[in-house]
Amino acid sequence: MSQQDTRAMLAEALASVAPEADFDTLREDEDLRDALELDSMDFFNFIVAVHKATGIDIPERDYPKLTTLAGALAYLAR
Amino acid sequence: MNEFRMPSLGADMEAGTLVEWKVAVGDRVQRGEVVALVETDKGIIDVEIFTEGVIESLCVQPGETLPVGTVLAQLSGAGAEAEAEAEGTPPPEPARPAKRDGAAPAVVHQHPDADTPTATDALGADTHATVGARRRATELGIDVMQLTGTGLDGRVTLADVEVLAGFANGDTVVQLPAEPATDTRDTPAAAMRRAIAAAMTRANRDIPHYALFRDVDLSRALDWLTAHNEGLPPDQRLLPAALLAKACALGLRRVPTLNAYWIEGDLQPVESVHLGWAISLRGGGLVAPALHDADRLPLPELMHRLADLVGRARRGGLRSSELSEATCTVTSLGDRGADGVVGVIYPPQVALIGIGRIAPRPRVVGDAVVPRPQATVSLMGDHRASDGQTGGRLLDIIDDLLQEPERL
Repeated sequence: MSQQDTRAMLAEALASVAPEADFDTLREDEDLRDALELDSMDFFNFIVAVHKATGIDIPERDYPKLTTLAGALAYLAR
Repeated sequence: MNEFRMPSLGADMEAGTLVEWKVAVGDRVQRGEVVALVETDKGIIDVEIFTEGVIESLCVQPGETLPVGTVLAQLSGAGAEAEAEAEGTPPPEPARPAKRDGAAPAVVHQHPDADTPTATDALGADTHATVGARRRATELGIDVMQLTGTGLDGRVTLADVEVLAGFANGDTVVQLPAEPATDTRDTPAAAMRRAIAAAMTRANRDIPHYALFRDVDLSRALDWLTAHNEGLPPDQRLLPAALLAKACALGLRRVPTLNAYWIEGDLQPVESVHLGWAISLRGGGLVAPALHDADRLPLPELMHRLADLVGRARRGGLRSSELSEATCTVTSLGDRGADGVVGVIYPPQVALIGIGRIAPRPRVVGDAVVPRPQATVSLMGDHRASDGQTGGRLLDIIDDLLQEPERL
């Protein structure tokens, strides 16, 4: 998956948990949970969506690495 | 002939806008079938029907905004009455008192300026005013039918009569906004704000709340959760919320006084535990849909339903039964909120369970002070319906259950 594809996939995953969010104004280093007001259930749904789209198993201990856009892009590019 | 009316999807709903019919004239409908999409200030809701029959006529067109109780469609069909009486279904006739387990209270609201035959028909003499209000009104020579109620589902309450009679202490008259949901100047968020304001003002005025607290050690629950989740794919993992919800639901089953409705001065316990789960919406406001039979759901199923409920609260697609059938609500602040919460009970429920942020805090264990992940669990009770001892028992049970997570 190219970085562009990954970005699009993340946008879609975030849109599914925060439909009213404006993805374009999201800064790469911003904490998604703060910027998009995600609660723990929303973040869970986001991780599930990313897992379904990529097939990558994301262990719970790695969740903190996916709390920013930059972090998620780096993590999924490994 | 049966009528399908605009349902009341909670004490804070006054009206809804028909978005789309999911059925046509001549269609046979089954209990629980989604027949219409209705827009409320909680989003677009899938509205279910609880009578069986054939659609004879659709009385309103998409786009119309209608007060709760308005007839939307006429149905015919054998067995419709019997079906309507079945356990666990909301009453089809808004004028019927709700004394049934699992059922939402009778859905009647007197629209302040609704004097059409339809609206009048929906208001039986029995439901227009509470017993106390009728008695007091008779004493004072006031005709309750001329009053606009601010009580549950628009009933005239004793307080309404007293206000009119000038006996109320204070000079502030609490008046519901005339047409909160239908005011075209309102954004949906503003309409929701006003609906919540009306419902919470009424709840805070009518319900004598008491509040209890318990600091619960969650180290065992969280350790168990980590071990449980290890090796499972993301969609099968559990969140602490699932354990907390299950503990609350099991606790409520054992303290039925708190899993109940307060209607017309009567405590009406509900056999099923339909746990309301408060979800704060990003546009402002909140919604607390029911997790049906939460006490009977195995944890993985409960987690799945909870995640689905939150997802649909965001995207749309909550069902009318989910919005009207909660028997006790839980407001959980998650891991990033405040340490504790004192909330307002959502009528006609009689209790509200609050769960503060889970965070490491010092705890005395034996002779030592040790850091432990803890949450302050609070219980708001309606003092008309229960006393502090009952509330304390629920907190005890919830705490005990969370010390043995493998049994949840």
